[in-house]
Amino acid sequence: MLRYIGRRILIAIPTLIIVSLLVFALQKLLPGDPVLTMAGEERDPQVLEYLRQKYRLDDPIPVQYFAWIGSALTGNLGISLRTDIPVLDLIMSKLPVTLELAIMAMIVALAIGIPAGIISAVKKGTAVDYTANVIALSGLSIPNFWLGIMLIMLISVRWQLLPASGYVPPTEDLWLNIKTMIMPAFVLGTGLAASLMRHTRSAMLGVMRSDYIRTARAKGLLSRKVILKHALRNALIPIVTLSTLLFGELLAGAVLTEQIFTIPGFGKLIVDAVFNRDYAVVQGVVLCTAVGFIFMNLLADVLYVLVNPRLRHSA
Amino acid sequence: MKKRLLLAMAAGLLVSTAASAQTLRIGLNEDPDVLDPHRARTFVGRIVFTSLCNKLVDITPDLKFTPELATEWQWGDDGKSLTFKLRPGVKFHDGEPMNAAAVKANIDRARTLPDSLRKSELTSVDNVEAVDDLTVKVNLSRADATLLSQLSDRAGMMMSPKAISSADFGQKPVCSGPYKFVERVQNDRIVLEKFADHWDAKSFNFERIVFQPIPDTTVRLANLRSGNLDLIERLAPSDVPAAKGDSNLVFAPISGIGYQGLTINTNNGQRAKSPLGQDKRVRQALELSIDRNVINEVVGAGIYPPAGQPFPEASPYNNPKFKATQRDVAKAKQLLKEAGVDRVKLELTFGTGTTAQQIAEIIQAMAAETGFDITLRPTEFAAMQKEAQAGNFDVNVIGWSGRVDPDGNIHPFVTCKGALNDGKYCNEQVDKLLNDARVINDEAKRKQLYDQAQEILKQDLPIIYTYYQPWPFVHTKKVQNFKPYPDGMIRLKGVKFAS
Amino acid sequence: MTATAVIADEVALPRKRSRVLSKFLKNKSAVVGGAIVLFFILAALIGPYLAPYDPIKPSFTSIRKPPSELFWFGTDELGRDMLSRMLWGARASIMAGVVSVFIAIVLGVPFGLIAGYFGGWIDASISRATDAMLAIPFLIFAIALAAFLGPSLTNAMIAIGLSAMPIFIRLTRGQVLTVKAEDFVEGARAIGLPDFWIMARYIFPNVLPPILVQGTLTIATAIIAEASLSFLGLGQQPPNPSWGSMLNTAKNFMDQAPWMSIFPGSAIFLIVLGFNLLGDGLRDALDPREQ
Repeated sequence: MLRYIGRRILIAIPTLIIVSLLVFALQKLLPGDPVLTMAGEERDPQVLEYLRQKYRLDDPIPVQYFAWIGSALTGNLGISLRTDIPVLDLIMSKLPVTLELAIMAMIVALAIGIPAGIISAVKKGTAVDYTANVIALSGLSIPNFWLGIMLIMLISVRWQLLPASGYVPPTEDLWLNIKTMIMPAFVLGTGLAASLMRHTRSAMLGVMRSDYIRTARAKGLLSRKVILKHALRNALIPIVTLSTLLFGELLAGAVLTEQIFTIPGFGKLIVDAVFNRDYAVVQGVVLCTAVGFIFMNLLADVLYVLVNPRLRHSA
Repeated sequence: MKKRLLLAMAAGLLVSTAASAQTLRIGLNEDPDVLDPHRARTFVGRIVFTSLCNKLVDITPDLKFTPELATEWQWGDDGKSLTFKLRPGVKFHDGEPMNAAAVKANIDRARTLPDSLRKSELTSVDNVEAVDDLTVKVNLSRADATLLSQLSDRAGMMMSPKAISSADFGQKPVCSGPYKFVERVQNDRIVLEKFADHWDAKSFNFERIVFQPIPDTTVRLANLRSGNLDLIERLAPSDVPAAKGDSNLVFAPISGIGYQGLTINTNNGQRAKSPLGQDKRVRQALELSIDRNVINEVVGAGIYPPAGQPFPEASPYNNPKFKATQRDVAKAKQLLKEAGVDRVKLELTFGTGTTAQQIAEIIQAMAAETGFDITLRPTEFAAMQKEAQAGNFDVNVIGWSGRVDPDGNIHPFVTCKGALNDGKYCNEQVDKLLNDARVINDEAKRKQLYDQAQEILKQDLPIIYTYYQPWPFVHTKKVQNFKPYPDGMIRLKGVKFAS
Repeated sequence: MTATAVIADEVALPRKRSRVLSKFLKNKSAVVGGAIVLFFILAALIGPYLAPYDPIKPSFTSIRKPPSELFWFGTDELGRDMLSRMLWGARASIMAGVVSVFIAIVLGVPFGLIAGYFGGWIDASISRATDAMLAIPFLIFAIALAAFLGPSLTNAMIAIGLSAMPIFIRLTRGQVLTVKAEDFVEGARAIGLPDFWIMARYIFPNVLPPILVQGTLTIATAIIAEASLSFLGLGQQPPNPSWGSMLNTAKNFMDQAPWMSIFPGSAIFLIVLGFNLLGDGLRDALDPREQ
């Protein structure tokens, strides 16, 4: 097993290299000129030339790439072209925010998705199944930004129950922190709840069809006990694996939610950086997101192989 | 919340300061860029600087200059020097004295720092002399009527000479304004706190100022309505009814010194070689197709006053003669006929955003009735700049936040070498008039020159002005004495919470 | 992306189509889903001919009018009939969803099949590239690609399709790995059937169900991604409507003109729901174990 994990980590290296190339290429493809954006109204050619040199934008692209990778390997991701703040500092200050949002969203998703999935699998083909399915799918089908703004309008403005947006660190005020994160976590979590529910349902159905559950049922064991003790325990394995995968995606997928609720996390940082052509920030943050994502994938793979010995040889 | 409560409790103990122990929360339209007045470019950055830094001179709501760090100023006889008397006893946030040497160091930095974005604003400055501790003489290589207005903005903001040499000044700015820098969390907040040693500290009532960037105007308003913010800037017109309808809010719009308009590619590359770019009658027909009142009513909720010239109505350089033309379909058709074109195809490029898109769609529909087949092209702002410079456009929607001096609203846009002249319109006569107007300090004489230039521009139409940029502020009833300024800045002198 | 289809353990031999169809028809929610999707596709096809008004021309005398006999769905911020715009917008939105997912599947599934079937360095290189693409946030990827390709609905669909492609590569590969070990594939190989034939006839049908499920989920994401892109000027070009761009405009008028967001919002909601129900039904119908 250790050898397997070691191999997986080695495999992650070429992936990261491809990510770095992709990120670098993508931002070079973006139309526009970062120096013009930076200089605003100032069009003094000397100033523009200086900025171009300062940020090495005139160098050949391979030189720029290796210069970036070189300093990134020493832990230096450069400074934001827009605010002068070191990219690493930005990442360190935004990461906890997005992590918190992702964790809370995951809790929402699990709390809705798993019970709904179990009920719907157990009551397969009944009205309960359909209702659970439709409710879960509704969460998935509502456009996030629409749901977000509706919630702000209703809960924050009409009823004044929760803050409309922003972020308060939990160290400063834990209660206020939770209050500001409830709505974004709900919006982000509902989308995931649907897919968790579907997968729980499908995993449960798979397990319940298996011979030993049939045997257990045939033996006359109580249905509820069978479901909770045997079926769920087995179905949980792929669900845990999936949740790990989904969590990796959550980190990357918080972009829109952070945008609506003005949460100063990763997603908002990247989107703003893309539109401001803040190259150093785009590169650094996407690279960091990718590392997190790859790590979660690794974890999921390892978990999956652990519970599914058949794959251990072919993987 | 807890913190505010604690502060309030602490304030309760210290009865004398109780009234001022408060935090003002301001919602901004976007996150500012680097907090160094010489290297910054954003409008929101200027809003933060207004509380953080002092300038040599400030403006009044009716666009006159008023003392700030300089108590008086005097032009040299030939208009080639400007001497400032400085306010005595002023300190920077780090305790350094604000004196003539500091002013010299600052203006020199603005002129020479390699990535200073203030260079073009100070091209006329030859050198700066510290005559005595509180007297500064700025010597010019040519007369420059715009200088005072430049020094009333970022180029005239004074930073601590001790701090400006540090590499991270943009992250920890040290100025002499009524509030000093505490912390910044990018995309989240900028916190300032009261500078007790400020020369006019008694006029500033808040203990802390928190700027929060919230780009979505609906969400920004929602935060104001739910009490998380006290004041917001740049409300979208679509939210005006909601703001007006809320009895807890005060809607405080002001018509700005900036404008919105259409830049036409008359002379920049191949795309200028079109009937629209080459024949002013076609451009006149386009202007006559547009009903600016419809834009104001349908999109602007009544706060987009029609514009026909670059100078706002509050400006002494505004001339009623050049007020916005009325829509005239028959005349537009007639002009197109005279120009010998049947239907004119063109592409209208505009920055992405709901308001900009609505206006573009309206113009498209209105111009279709007179003979223009317009295709719309929403473009990200960062991509638009480069395309505009490269001449890769027919008509661009542009917005200009405006400058106090008339020169800033016209010279860069229509002179042959103007830095912001994307359409590369070039007319020797206009160049001469506008260059002359730059060096005359006499208002009446300057106005004559601007009138003459406008006479030509109104015919040539390199830019069709559409409306004056308003600055719609909204604040809660709790905020008192807030006065909006036409430059869109937030000046907190005298502003306080209702007790 | 918000979801990955489950990696199913079930496998199936090729089988008769009629049984699948009859099973599908017995599944009520699948039929409802199919009906919803069919309804919207029909609306997209013939809707423009039924639209009572010009969807593009503003009418300054009827700005933001609530639903009435004259305007069933009300009017928008420029006085255009919402119903007419919805009927025209159906085409753009459904196309954006379906075409981009189609692109993603057509490009992604072969890569996944090849990677999973041949293994070795082919698998390694395809998998690493897939991992890398998945590691970059979907929307960022789509925005950058769409900005590069230039603003148009077609380019937006290509950008969304390419961004969604790696999901299908990975999913297909995973399925192939499971199926490959089954006896009937081993058997087919043993009797010397060509690789292409084995992939098409024996592996592909087993790979299809989860891809259909994932496809329906991704159509939803794609329709919403088009909305986000059109807001940035990278999707449907104004003044032409798409539901996503209508919703984007409408969010500014949520308070004063709720109908502007209710109708396109519900339309997106319904069609996405329809696709999801349909996908579920298909999955069950194609599932060999579910009798």
